[in-house]
Amino acid sequence: MQTAKELRASDQPPLVALNNISIAFGGIKAVDDVSVDLYPGEVVGLLGHNGAGKSTLIKVLSGAYQKDAGEILINGKPVEIHNPRDARANNIETIYQTLALADNLDAASNLFLGRELVTPFGLVDDSAMEAECRKIMGRLNPNFQKFSEPVSALSGGQRQSVAIARAVYFNARILIMDEPTAALGPHETQMVADLIHQLKAQGIGIFLIDHDVHAVMELCDRASVMKNGKLVGTVDIADVTDDDLLSMIILGKTPGSAEEAPS
Amino acid sequence: MSDATQQAMPPKAKQGLFQQLELDVRLLGMIGAFALLCIGFSIFTDGRFISPRNLFNLTIQTVSVAIMATGMVFVIVTRNIDLSVGGLLAVCSALMAMTQTELMPHVLGLGFNHPMTWAIAIVVGLAAGTLIGGVQGWLVGYQGIPAFIVTLGGFLIWRNLGWLATDGQTIAPLDGNFLNLGGVNGTMGEAWSWTIGIVAAAVALWAIWSARRARIRHGFPAKPIWAEVTVMALVAGSILGFVWVLNSYHIPSRRLQRMFEARGEVMPEGLEVGYGLPISVLILIAVAIVMTLIARRTRLGRYIFATGGNPDAAELSGINTRLLTVKVFAIMGFLCGLSAVVASARLASHTNDIGTLDELRVIAAAVIGGTALSGGAGTIYGAILGALVMQSLQSGMAMVGVDAPLQNVVVGSVLVAAVWIDIQYRKRLGTS
Ligand SMILES: Nc1ncnc2c1ncn2[C@@H]1O[C@H](COP(=O)(O)OP(=O)(O)OP(=O)(O)O)[C@@H](O)[C@H]1O
Ligand SMILES: [Mg+2]
Repeated sequence: MQTAKELRASDQPPLVALNNISIAFGGIKAVDDVSVDLYPGEVVGLLGHNGAGKSTLIKVLSGAYQKDAGEILINGKPVEIHNPRDARANNIETIYQTLALADNLDAASNLFLGRELVTPFGLVDDSAMEAECRKIMGRLNPNFQKFSEPVSALSGGQRQSVAIARAVYFNARILIMDEPTAALGPHETQMVADLIHQLKAQGIGIFLIDHDVHAVMELCDRASVMKNGKLVGTVDIADVTDDDLLSMIILGKTPGSAEEAPS
Repeated sequence: MSDATQQAMPPKAKQGLFQQLELDVRLLGMIGAFALLCIGFSIFTDGRFISPRNLFNLTIQTVSVAIMATGMVFVIVTRNIDLSVGGLLAVCSALMAMTQTELMPHVLGLGFNHPMTWAIAIVVGLAAGTLIGGVQGWLVGYQGIPAFIVTLGGFLIWRNLGWLATDGQTIAPLDGNFLNLGGVNGTMGEAWSWTIGIVAAAVALWAIWSARRARIRHGFPAKPIWAEVTVMALVAGSILGFVWVLNSYHIPSRRLQRMFEARGEVMPEGLEVGYGLPISVLILIAVAIVMTLIARRTRLGRYIFATGGNPDAAELSGINTRLLTVKVFAIMGFLCGLSAVVASARLASHTNDIGTLDELRVIAAAVIGGTALSGGAGTIYGAILGALVMQSLQSGMAMVGVDAPLQNVVVGSVLVAAVWIDIQYRKRLGTS
């Protein structure tokens, strides 16, 4: 298999390209003419201050928000994503910063929400879903035992693992992770890192939003930095240091060695 | 139980008797409240309150509110409210009464008591209820008008449209077959009631047992066998006990004699015949089963609870929450139509004030039955039991001779107290 870098060098179209995306909330340009792309087996980090527009940008891809301008290409073909169902239909899965779980339902019901397993009579098959849930949680978080409690009874980290399980279970090709380790302890954070490596090896493309520059340096192939809704630039992780990334985030300027931001 | 809609999940740590039985604490609380009411009122009425006759009447009086309360569970679970159910019941009742006394006999020239009349009237009532409910749901879901406002408007609109349609006239008599759906006029008799009761008990036992087998097959924890058997005995006992009570209320001999004379037969000396299960109660049971099935075993039900728990999460999971709102209100409207059938058949007429204050009774039943006004939690059986508790309280007070204003004071206080208890209970469970 070609590495993401080789794929980028070839003239193959990227797995996802977000071109010139803009979206405003009542006059405030939350995302302003931003372009990022993602190749199979690649992890692209999205960095920036609080309120830079990272979550808003990826919500355009996950169908939560409607873009005002720009286009989304998947494998080079333009697609319309009007709602979360369209995104799922394109094998895009998302772990939201807010986790987006129905607190009153148990882990299995959340895992399959919107895509329930059903019996031949068309009734939801809770036993089968619980069994599948136990299987995937056994892989992701072997300590997880609270299968019959509503997720409101879970700890932040346990809720996070339910959200991650939901994104991973359905064979995503494009995975969006918005601060997936925000609520996790060091051990669980390491498990997510291992998971990202695994998924990458399977050829899945991942957008990873993370405030931890060290984690981005370790996990990502490229990083795109945003500031005040605009793209500062996209750099190859191999070409930059932690400090370069930090100065991009803080000063909003690309280091000399990095490729120029499309303007 | 891998039951998502179940809110009363006892903490696994302390395994008391009730925990092992996995009985819903709230269910026990309501049964306890009902038992207390029965005992209390029996003492003050020399046992008349728990006579088969009164329990029979209590049952048929509860049906109409209980049917609507099951729909109100879905409405409240999705964080909405419906203040228009009484008015909706009235307009459906008006349309059905006009179908029976105007449309069929005069406009279509089929005469009174045509064998199709009752069925066509019901279709008209159910269709009208579903349509009106759907329109209200559309205004809430797609136009973003708060349900409180839409249905407050509906509260005034629907009853009075019915009034306009009937010129404010009381409409009676209704179709003879239609009256069978009201309660005392249409009962199954003892033999059929026992048959239905035994079959129902058998099905319930089978369902509990196969659910247990499924858990064991998947390797999930199941409750101890003695607990399972105890629950099964309780369930079968309640079903058969209910049938026994309804069978014990005997048709008055005068009335029985008339029934024999109507058929041109002579009544045997000393014959005693029980009423048995009223058809209206069978309708309620069917509604309860279908609504429970929807709540627990269908995608629709799962989405209703998910949306109530976290509307944003539901939306992000690809659930069309607007359409869901339309469906929930349409179901509520359908059930109002069905309640209108039972209520007008029981009263044997349509009057302008049919179903007045039912919106309060229905909301109270759902809330007393454990439906959380914050959304996301509630059970169908809870709402039905809530309706029964409310009705017992009211008819008990009437039997004891409590003044009407004081009755309302008590009912109002009980509603507030029930919600308070519910909030305390949820706090202790740690679920919001
Ligand atoms: N639904 C919304 N309505 C109005 N403004 C919004 C909405 N969502 C985001 N914004 C605004 O858009 C800007 C970008 O927000 P966004 O959530 O994308 O930031 P972020 O980069 O993800 O920040 P963080 O690191 O804190 O998660 C902010 O100014 C925010 O206030
Ligand atoms: Mg964010």
